[in-house]
Amino acid sequence: MKEARCQKNRSGTDDFHNISGIENMIIGLDVGGTHTDVVLLGPGGLRNRVKVLTDTTDLFSTVLAGLDRITRDIDPNEITQTVLSTTLTTNAIVENKLSPVGMIVTCGPGIHPDNYRTGIHYYMVKGGIDHSGREIQAIDEDQVRDAAQKMVDDGIAHVGVVGKFSTRNPDHENKICKLIEPDFEKVFPGHRISGNFSFPRRIATTFLNASIYPIHKKFFEAVKASLVAKGINAPIYILKADGGTMDFNTSIDFPGQSILSGPAASVMGSVAFAEDPSETIVLDIGGTTTDMAVLINRVPVLVPAGIEINSFKTHIRALHTRSIGLGGDSAVRVQSGELIIGPDRIGPAMAYGGPSPTPTDALFVLAQANDGDRDNAQRGIAAIAEQLGVSTEEAARRVFDKTCRLILEKADEMVRKINSKPVYTVREALEGYQIKPGHLLVLGGPAPHFARHFQEIAGYKVNTVPQWDVANAIGTALSRTTCEVTLFVDTYRCRAMAPEENYQAPVNPRITLAEAHEIALELLTQKALREGALPGEFETDVLESLEFNMIRNFQLIGRNIRIKIQVRPGLKHEHHEIAHMINNTPETGN
Amino acid sequence: MLSAKYQMGLVFFPAFDWAISPTHPEREERLLYTQDQIMEEGLLDIDGVHELKAEVVEISDVQRVHFCVPDPWKVMTESHFISAGGAKTIGRAVMEKQIQRGFALVRPPGHHAMRVVHGGRGFCNVNNEAIMIEYLRKAYGVRKVAIIDTDCHHGDGTQDIYWHDRDTLFISIHQDGRTLYPGSGMAEEAGGPNAYGTTLNIPLPPYTSQEGFIYAIQEAVLPILDEFKPDLVINSAGQDNHFTDPLTNMNFCAQGYARMTSLLKPDIAVLEGGYSIEGALPYVNVGIILAMAGIDYRHVCEPDYKPENLKQTGAITAEIKMACQKVLKIWENREKVREERIKNQAFEDRRRSIFYDTDGFYENQLETLQLCKDCSGALKIDSRADTGAHVLAVHIPPHACPVCVETGNQWYMETDLKQFDAIYLQNRPEDVYRVRKK
Repeated sequence: MKEARCQKNRSGTDDFHNISGIENMIIGLDVGGTHTDVVLLGPGGLRNRVKVLTDTTDLFSTVLAGLDRITRDIDPNEITQTVLSTTLTTNAIVENKLSPVGMIVTCGPGIHPDNYRTGIHYYMVKGGIDHSGREIQAIDEDQVRDAAQKMVDDGIAHVGVVGKFSTRNPDHENKICKLIEPDFEKVFPGHRISGNFSFPRRIATTFLNASIYPIHKKFFEAVKASLVAKGINAPIYILKADGGTMDFNTSIDFPGQSILSGPAASVMGSVAFAEDPSETIVLDIGGTTTDMAVLINRVPVLVPAGIEINSFKTHIRALHTRSIGLGGDSAVRVQSGELIIGPDRIGPAMAYGGPSPTPTDALFVLAQANDGDRDNAQRGIAAIAEQLGVSTEEAARRVFDKTCRLILEKADEMVRKINSKPVYTVREALEGYQIKPGHLLVLGGPAPHFARHFQEIAGYKVNTVPQWDVANAIGTALSRTTCEVTLFVDTYRCRAMAPEENYQAPVNPRITLAEAHEIALELLTQKALREGALPGEFETDVLESLEFNMIRNFQLIGRNIRIKIQVRPGLKHEHHEIAHMINNTPETGN
Repeated sequence: MLSAKYQMGLVFFPAFDWAISPTHPEREERLLYTQDQIMEEGLLDIDGVHELKAEVVEISDVQRVHFCVPDPWKVMTESHFISAGGAKTIGRAVMEKQIQRGFALVRPPGHHAMRVVHGGRGFCNVNNEAIMIEYLRKAYGVRKVAIIDTDCHHGDGTQDIYWHDRDTLFISIHQDGRTLYPGSGMAEEAGGPNAYGTTLNIPLPPYTSQEGFIYAIQEAVLPILDEFKPDLVINSAGQDNHFTDPLTNMNFCAQGYARMTSLLKPDIAVLEGGYSIEGALPYVNVGIILAMAGIDYRHVCEPDYKPENLKQTGAITAEIKMACQKVLKIWENREKVREERIKNQAFEDRRRSIFYDTDGFYENQLETLQLCKDCSGALKIDSRADTGAHVLAVHIPPHACPVCVETGNQWYMETDLKQFDAIYLQNRPEDVYRVRKK
């Protein structure tokens, strides 16, 4: 029933040669917690790389500073694309700086929607749709108008409208939106967010979209204006958490997709250096944290449902990444004779003037790093050594070894979690496909040192990602546009629908699964092109393909077809070309 | 934020690629809308609700319970191994204290599968609950278990497996057997001589509604459970008492199922039947999951639920009262009856004819039980099916006394193989399964 999980479908290969090699100039910018990395890619590979300090209180200046420096002495007309990954929306959510949003939620039977209340401007109204899209309770227009009036009185400008099973029948959401649209600046219907089930996630995602909409819009319109002021009119793309990009306009309607794009940037920067076939763990080792992800044959693994951020569980597609409190600057302590690394960071390494010892200091003691104050590092590790009752060198060795082992342990945990995902068919249960990564790709500040030790202590083949300290910005620049479409066909009602796409069409009851796939593929292609993909650039995967006979009173009355199809996260150009170009890039200073 | 009062595990295995036959009630589509409802309600995202992956059950797990003729591979499909595996996963998670309660939402069902299996009965081939329970007994030393079977059909398979087991309390509440498959489950069916009273049946008249079910639970089941003091309570959670079920005649509802579950407080529930796949299962399952997790279920309700149409008559209420009194009386007198029945002889025989409706043939059994006051007793079953198969199955129960162990071993070793295709031995104290073949 569930077919060809990874059916390839490269469309329009003819165009492919036209863009082989990077003949155009692409800017990739990734905002990190400490540094913002910017690269310029063009003919011959990496043309320039820049690191600027991130000012978390003024991201706009940070982004502009990065763009200023990377475009210096460049003909603005040569730039063909700017791709940005920022922490703007993520920070707004984490710091709870969300603009007030109104919500109208229909209230059919089931778990009471008051459990999903998003704030005070949350109105539960009549209206119910069942699992097959049938109306079980009509909406009450007066009740909706009352709610809208109260929100207008409270000065609300942005409203989300969400119904249970609106992905099976969006009529109620559409009716409510139509009723209230004249009263507000923008109304966000829940069914446009995702074709997936989960009413609570639909509420949370719609709410987040609406509440980060103003800040996202203001920020990126300003970025666009300043690029235009420089004479750069090339399109702007925003990186998403699923490792794909979306164009500027799409991002304005679905700003939530930009949440947590940071880890995706690094993963996409590593993809070109993974092997195919192979299962690879990507480790991005930073100062405070290490982010990890898994690639299967160069394709990153996605989370089954969506991003979880703060208390919000969402429908936002994302790479399956895990962030742990272990990095080069993790605090090192001895507690009851036992060495403890992390999970907190007190400050930078003592070698760089920090207050307390870190794994990076251990690297100095072991003479594997030399661009800071080795004496300071030595002093910090000596204090640890004393508590452990060993020599300073031995303490340094232990600190570094334990950090590496803890990171690998957490990586194993993540693989186990991916492998324990439930399956719903006999075929999948018996196949029992389990990933067993044999390759480790390391990037981030101290990547080469860690890579060497990982190789010594684990059974992995280990590589450092070339340009390991700006690979995230390279990944941002090279990621292609991704999207997903869910198609639902009910041959009894002679209807095909993809509410996410505002698509509803009559179908012949004899429609085959293959014909349904064609509809889904066509919808996906249109969506990808609309959201900024170039023709011929994308590969598609069938994520789900199910067909059920519908039997009532022992009679076959029709079939129920469900198809989920995606543009696979990947890079714009052939992997080997990119790998080749990046590998051959001479070291360029800041 | 919604969070579960009890850490709750869920194995969901809808077997979207398995059916008995294309238009059979037990087909691919059965749990499709249930899945949609569970996903749309976001049940798996609730803090404290954990989805677990079904494992595949081992042959030794099956042979701890069943005598499969000629062997497990011939009577089981892949889906049976996973369905039973789903129950086992939940059982293990409860024993490991990973979860406090768990629900195996799996298909195909199992409660019509008896100890000897020649084929399929009532859509069942192997007994998911029994396979799980016997695994837990072996792996964790669990002894006293109660099974409350709330499927609309009598749980005759589970009853057969535990008929002589005094450590397992089996109570089935079902539509009166005179009006529904499999026809058994009268109050008088109360277990074999060694274990009289630990099998109990509460047949309910057709059109029993929520009032009647809750009455039977509160007035009969709960007091007996209290006295039995089981280490584990298992609910065989069939959902075919629903007023929309196409195969039965009861008037139960989603609210009633949730209420019943919160009264029974099962450690483990395992899905059995239930074939109103659009109108009942999506709502009943949500109700059961919420009730098990200790979350407010008051707003769960079927679209066409009208309680005023589902009221039971006074005659039905009176009949249910009598059924409950009968069963309480059997329970009260169980020790006395046991003594009486085992005092004058060493063995007791039972002849039975068993119909395999799903596969369409009969099996004839001659069962011999060693009467014993110290244990559940050695048991042998001479079984001949219309398929031509003729076997002898010998069972030595888990806590068998030395005399019964000796008897069982003798039956296995010393019976002349000439007249049988095979002789099987389930030696539970040693946890081994043996076969003698020509």
